[in-house]
Amino acid sequence: MARINLTVDGQQVADDVEPRTLLVQYLREQLGKTGTVIGCDTSNCGACTVHLNGRSVKSCNVLAVQVDGAEVTTIEGLAAEDGTLHPVQESFRECHGLQCGFCTPGMIMQTVDLLAENPSPSEEAIRLGLEGNLCRCTGYHNIVRAVQHAAGTTTETSSEAGASA
Amino acid sequence: MTATQEPTRQAEIGRDRRRKEDQRLITGRTRWTDNITLPGMLHLAMVRSPYAHARITGIETSAAKASTNVVAVLTGADLGEGQGACINAWPVTTDQVTPAHLPMPTDRVAFAGETVAVVVARSAAEARDAAELVEVDYEELPAALDLKEAAAAHENGGVIAHPDLGTNVSAVWRFDSAEAGTGGDVEAAITEARAGGILIEREYRQQRLIPAFMEPRSVVVDPTGEQITVWSATQIPHILRFALAATTGVPESKIRVIAPDVGGGFGGKLQQTPEEMIAFAVARRLGKPVKFTETRSESLLTAHHGRDQWQRLTLAATSDGRVTGLKVDLLADLGAYVAIVGGGVPVLGAFMFNAIYKFPAYQFQTTNVLTNKTWTDAYRGAGRPEATYAIERLMDELAAEVGVDPLEIREKNWITHEEFPFTTVAGLEYDSGNYEAATARAKEMFGYDALRAEQAERRAAGDRVQLGLGVSTFTEMCGLAPSRVLGSLNYGAGGWEHAEVRMLATGKVEVITGASAHGQGHETAFSQIVADRLGVPFEDVEVLHGDTQISHKGLDTYGSRSLVVGGEALVRAVDKVIEKARPIAAHLLEASADDLEFKHGQFSVKGTDAAMAITEIATAVFAAHNLPDGVEPSIDSEATYDPVNFNYPHGTHLCAVEVDTETGQIKLRKYVCCDDIGVVINPLIVAGQVHGGLVQGIAQALWEEAVYDENGTLVSGSFVDYLLPTAADTISFEIDHTTSPATTNSLGTKGVGEAGTIASTPAVVNAVVDAVRHLGVNDITMPCTPERVWRAINDGSSGGETPEAAMPHFDSAEGDVQ
Amino acid sequence: MIPAAFEYVAPTTVEEALAALAEHGDEAKIIAGGQSLLPVLRMRLNAPEWVIDLGRIESLRGVRDGGDHLVIGAMTTHHDVGQDPLVHEHALLVSKAITHLADAQVRHRGTFGGSLAHADPGGDLGAPALALGSTFVVQGPGGTREVAAGDFFVDLFETAISDDEILVEVRVPKHDGWVASYEKFVRIAHQWPIVAVAATLRMEGDTIAEARIGLTNMGSTPLRASAAEQALVGQPATEEGVAAAAALVVEGTNPPTDLNGTAEYRRHVATVFTRRAVLAAAGRG
Repeated sequence: MARINLTVDGQQVADDVEPRTLLVQYLREQLGKTGTVIGCDTSNCGACTVHLNGRSVKSCNVLAVQVDGAEVTTIEGLAAEDGTLHPVQESFRECHGLQCGFCTPGMIMQTVDLLAENPSPSEEAIRLGLEGNLCRCTGYHNIVRAVQHAAGTTTETSSEAGASA
Repeated sequence: MTATQEPTRQAEIGRDRRRKEDQRLITGRTRWTDNITLPGMLHLAMVRSPYAHARITGIETSAAKASTNVVAVLTGADLGEGQGACINAWPVTTDQVTPAHLPMPTDRVAFAGETVAVVVARSAAEARDAAELVEVDYEELPAALDLKEAAAAHENGGVIAHPDLGTNVSAVWRFDSAEAGTGGDVEAAITEARAGGILIEREYRQQRLIPAFMEPRSVVVDPTGEQITVWSATQIPHILRFALAATTGVPESKIRVIAPDVGGGFGGKLQQTPEEMIAFAVARRLGKPVKFTETRSESLLTAHHGRDQWQRLTLAATSDGRVTGLKVDLLADLGAYVAIVGGGVPVLGAFMFNAIYKFPAYQFQTTNVLTNKTWTDAYRGAGRPEATYAIERLMDELAAEVGVDPLEIREKNWITHEEFPFTTVAGLEYDSGNYEAATARAKEMFGYDALRAEQAERRAAGDRVQLGLGVSTFTEMCGLAPSRVLGSLNYGAGGWEHAEVRMLATGKVEVITGASAHGQGHETAFSQIVADRLGVPFEDVEVLHGDTQISHKGLDTYGSRSLVVGGEALVRAVDKVIEKARPIAAHLLEASADDLEFKHGQFSVKGTDAAMAITEIATAVFAAHNLPDGVEPSIDSEATYDPVNFNYPHGTHLCAVEVDTETGQIKLRKYVCCDDIGVVINPLIVAGQVHGGLVQGIAQALWEEAVYDENGTLVSGSFVDYLLPTAADTISFEIDHTTSPATTNSLGTKGVGEAGTIASTPAVVNAVVDAVRHLGVNDITMPCTPERVWRAINDGSSGGETPEAAMPHFDSAEGDVQ
Repeated sequence: MIPAAFEYVAPTTVEEALAALAEHGDEAKIIAGGQSLLPVLRMRLNAPEWVIDLGRIESLRGVRDGGDHLVIGAMTTHHDVGQDPLVHEHALLVSKAITHLADAQVRHRGTFGGSLAHADPGGDLGAPALALGSTFVVQGPGGTREVAAGDFFVDLFETAISDDEILVEVRVPKHDGWVASYEKFVRIAHQWPIVAVAATLRMEGDTIAEARIGLTNMGSTPLRASAAEQALVGQPATEEGVAAAAALVVEGTNPPTDLNGTAEYRRHVATVFTRRAVLAAAGRG
């Protein structure tokens, strides 16, 4: 067991972890941060994406012991304390960018990172920026609309985004 | 009592409401099965067979049992009959050959990945560690892997997947229009065409696919308490409860199944799985809650696969392209066991090969074959994508043969809108549709003529990148299903659906549906229906589902049935609420029931301004102080609806692809579709269903394939090798709708969940073939990999089989990993 | 999904790391960014008893100017290398390749040295590093030594790094003013490259004055296409001028056959993509 201290979603936490514990397992099983999910075992799907010291990472591909002293933000820490949604969360709902919702935490966390790096991405840049996140429900169409909506780069109204885009 | 005020409210049906369910999903307040943790909960790890076919000669569990925090290690023999069985609900013929399917076999494994022992430990990690210590001795047996060889094995001494059965052929199911009296003799049509018309003979491959829902399956079983509670990532909580009870002897009333948040299904979670049965048995045996969550690799290996057919097709036509007959001869790979729908999947396609066309003669036969591979079952579309692919590919081939545009050949053969209702050569009655309108709209959106002109230019110039246009004018049968029809097909259950409406004292409304959503947006769409019909605010409707103690009756979600069957049950339950409320309203308003009209949520007395809201009646019923004599104090209602017919959405899909003739690479250029799905409840949700369906169908055309090596090992066993497309591989779509309301349900709705998938696969492959047809190509095997396209261009073949697989990328990572 | 148990140590200096390596030897694995190692451990395809994490050795991070070459610290993340203006200016080919490497999340965590030391022939950095004639600096108990790019990649997942050594930095000779392109052939965006071609050129007007070509996944190691490089010299950057040279890239290759394509097809694609990479680098793509 190794002792780790870190900040998760703004809260200081400390725990003993087995070195083999993956960050995503630590988040889910020890911290109860079950909003972050596991979708694969080869780091292809990106469902477990969180921010580590401000950058998106796949939390299945990081050991919990490696984040000692770090700052982690999960989907559960994205909205403001008063419950106001992050603009990217809001845009995913607005543009119907989710169906079953399983890939959504990772999609949203990766989108936040993508827009931090490139606030006005082209459709191609959005699609490439999300290449590490798999979705099986949406066909990505409305996810792309949601990212554009959050970036303010879409000319469509939100209702058109769904109906006939 | 309130005075009448004509409420100004927007109709909910047709409105693009944002989804109610999203607030939780976008903030991570989700309840996936794997999130559930119970006091004293134990974790399971499965020990799985590496062999496709082997006799189990010994299982040594002592080292595993001796490990710290391991509670038990159990084999099939240990669990005995208590483990129940995995059922097949649809023996398609009365003499179907159905191998017994124990969740954990005791003496022989029939596919690689089958569970032979389960380790129970205090943590998932310890369970996994100990599973590695279980030593299983196998005596490897020859495996039946190739579908065609397996189909003939009983005739030529080939390998039998289950040697005791003596054959791999599970069933042969046949439909012939001459025998059924629904059409003519297909052999006569073929003979005639051979003599003086056009005969098109093709063999197409429906490759094996994996549903690959994003949430891996998970099950938690809690045996403490009076009922055994089962949480499962399933599409079918009600059917699962039935199957658990029917095969374990535990009374149905002692089992509660809950499907909490479920992360996608696409048919892949329409199963009663060995893992659920094993978890149930272990929890009962140990008296403790247990959890099993599969890894993605386990999911790809053992959750049921889809498609996997060979299709031999003969299309007879006159020389000007009027189809005179279609003969379909399928081989369908069931895998190692006949799954819950199993051999019914190809049968669901049997009525759809004639599609939107007026064929005078039709014959269909499927031979369902057992092999030593993962079992197959429903995957988005289930039988109908296979049928649509075959006929839409053939119609393009016919057009090429006649030398006309593919849309022209379709128009020559399709049912015109004046001809509805139309009884097809397969014996179905299509209630409504307008193929001309959908096609005209799709052509307009696509810019069809301009793209054809560009194609001609590129061909003439000999461009390295060629343009191809693909057409798919599909229909499908969904809304499963009229119980009588299911009975006539020997299916083991009905096709009704159940709904309840509870009018709460505070004016809120609880709606209970037997349909079990897993991403489709039922909560939102059903709220819209109830809000309109009952005249209550959308926000005041709460939809409950997926828990057999709350929704005690239902047949779950698959086959695009939730809205057209479940929605109709809901409409009828709402109407019963209104009718139960009417005499009470009359009593309270001191009027005759005949003088009341119900509109916008209020009963009003004709010709007066006296009125009362239905929510006020709900409160009055709760108090029950002043009800008419003999009237029970409840306006809650329920309805069970059995559909009278299937439901027939249709649409025209047009796809443009660019094919790099130098490398065979395919680039999606444009995709438009105009679907007729009847009346739309929520256009936002419908668009989402279409988009997602399109990509799954496109993925079959271009990327996905489950590949086994010659030992029966699944080599596309991770997301490294089973290629799900990403955002970077797909494009934005242009979609629209025409509306021919369904005539068989109150709302005029048609199913939409599978439409995109069913339609898109042939649209894409037709486009790819169209791009290179002038280079001598008339078919490319799916998935149309760049190498297949390249080979087809260079040698005129269809690109051939997938080359023998190397081991997954990670396996060789033995060296310096830094 | 759950790795087998191991012990973990996170030294803060290279010396401590080497000491840990000396102590645990064969039973240890080094973790850099972990983006290739952790999947292997999760799938239990490897189960080391010790994992030595280089992530806390600050001296291994960063890009600096070394005079006639760049020094890229082994633990610099792909993202940081890709964003670095020095790399863009002096080793454009590396910048180009990194934009194609895995996905954003992996680039945030994965490291330049880790990827090269992993020596996956499908990795995106081997071909550019090789083509640019990089020097690999490894440190062991006896100090540091330099390994030329041509000697570094030994075989599939095997490098010239000894069991008691650690890759500390990569020196990439400056190629100022060279144009570059990395053309990657995949069926799906998140795949490892089926084939990729790294090309960088020094142009004199419309004529190719010098060329460096590296190939990804065309053999058990990254390969340098020397014959094609030589044939390109003096050629105009046109389809005709480049085609004959591009056909030479298949010399000495031994690509795999797998789900994504046969060896024959890979050779064909390598030829086509070499032509395209050269033309794209020259701005004629």
